[in-house]
Amino acid sequence: MSPITRGFRRREPAGDDSRLPPGQHLVAGFPVLSAGPTPHTPLEDWTFTLDGEIDEARRWSWAELRELPAEPVHCDIHCVTSWSKLDTEWEGVSLDTMLEGIETEAAYVTAWCDGGYTTNLPIEDVTDGRAWLAFGYDGRPLEPEHGGPVRLLVPHLYLWKSAKWVRGITLRPDDEPGFWESLGYHQRGDPWQEQRYWGD
Amino acid sequence: MDETMLDGNAAAGDLQQLFAVEVTQAIGVCDGCGNSGPLAEARTFALGPGLTLRCPACEAVLARLVRLPGRTLVELRGLRRLEIVPPS
Amino acid sequence: MRPETPRARTLVLDVREWRGHRAGQHVDVRLTAEDGYRAQRSYSIASPPLASTLELTVERLDDGEVSPWLVDEARPGDEFELRGPIGGYFVWEVPRGGPLLLVAGGSGLVPLMAIERLRREAAPDVEATLLVSARGPGDLIYAAELEGSAVVAYTRERPAGWTGYDRRVDRAMLEEVAPPPERRPRCFVCGPTSFVEVVAEALVALGHHRALIKTERFGATGG
Repeated sequence: MSPITRGFRRREPAGDDSRLPPGQHLVAGFPVLSAGPTPHTPLEDWTFTLDGEIDEARRWSWAELRELPAEPVHCDIHCVTSWSKLDTEWEGVSLDTMLEGIETEAAYVTAWCDGGYTTNLPIEDVTDGRAWLAFGYDGRPLEPEHGGPVRLLVPHLYLWKSAKWVRGITLRPDDEPGFWESLGYHQRGDPWQEQRYWGD
Repeated sequence: MDETMLDGNAAAGDLQQLFAVEVTQAIGVCDGCGNSGPLAEARTFALGPGLTLRCPACEAVLARLVRLPGRTLVELRGLRRLEIVPPS
Repeated sequence: MRPETPRARTLVLDVREWRGHRAGQHVDVRLTAEDGYRAQRSYSIASPPLASTLELTVERLDDGEVSPWLVDEARPGDEFELRGPIGGYFVWEVPRGGPLLLVAGGSGLVPLMAIERLRREAAPDVEATLLVSARGPGDLIYAAELEGSAVVAYTRERPAGWTGYDRRVDRAMLEEVAPPPERRPRCFVCGPTSFVEVVAEALVALGHHRALIKTERFGATGG
């Protein structure tokens, strides 16, 4: 039993707790968490690749990505380390747009990133308006420390699924555990069911 | 320069609870590039869902540590070898 | 407790079952709120191994969670949890000898002060050079104790009439201050990550052997 430290309390703003999934608390800032150094890929070298269980791999340059229809995304984000941020504003291209015209039998996807990070998701969690390639945050280009130039954004799942510095998505028939999913973290990560760890 | 990046000294507390000896002094050999050095000099990213130690020469992941409720998971795949000199 | 600067304070602790420590080690401090919320941070031990009480010097980080409590709130009689001592790499013990080069950036001075205090007490014949970088006179911890024995570099503000270094530590400064590589000084560098990287690389460039340079990087966040 830890002794209670007199006069110590969590530092956080008052806010609307009712919108928080179980075990989460609000933060004022936007914490930067990562498993490696921030990559800095020049935009002229940046590409995004869709491959795997499709007839032909597709690749977009930064310029080509920016020509696709983009949309604002207004969402709450929830990190498995227990902080949440409400009413965040992003801009990105829906993954449905990227997958348009592509036929696949894949049940899962793996997102892979500069720096080697990967995360796995069921394909239905990144389709039907649930996922974006985000390049804007809060009205400005997405900062490198928050995953810029482009990160995956899947706000209905814990934020470790919203892979920073994403460079491609591989469509696959099987679920291949990614960076954190291979060391204790849940394969799907639904904050409303508190799917944080293996066995949850 | 990533100011949030630390070194293996930041992992010492968590590692100390798992290993019988003090491992930040242990010499690790990176399985990626063969570079060797004390774990205390590994580039350490401690703010995420887990702790990640990377080779200071090639950035490859040397080791990872995740503290879950009730257990801790450790992966040492990126270390080809660890050389520990127990205190005499 | 003792105030050190407007933002830093030394806490003198009485730790149950404390078995001693080595100069350069740190402890993990854990605070628990009434609702069970916990926060944990690492702090270097400021006191040398021979002292009768354990001392930590903590600097308040503006958006910190633990340091504001330790610096502004903690009162004699308060209790919190401590894990340690931790660390076997960034440590100096008398048998290892010298000469010593201790290079500190900001609160990186704390573990180096434990080393320096040990040296003064137990091995005063070991030569030590202490180079400390601080933003300004109001940020220099242990100022009185360091008077006359440390080289200080102020990076943002200086005292009136200051004739010392007024820039960040760089290769040229290290060349002027440090014992030459032929004397094989044992180097300890501690502070923010970018500070440590610059100093360590500069020492290597000057000819100091990497194996004689020990580093400890403090986070800029997480206080």
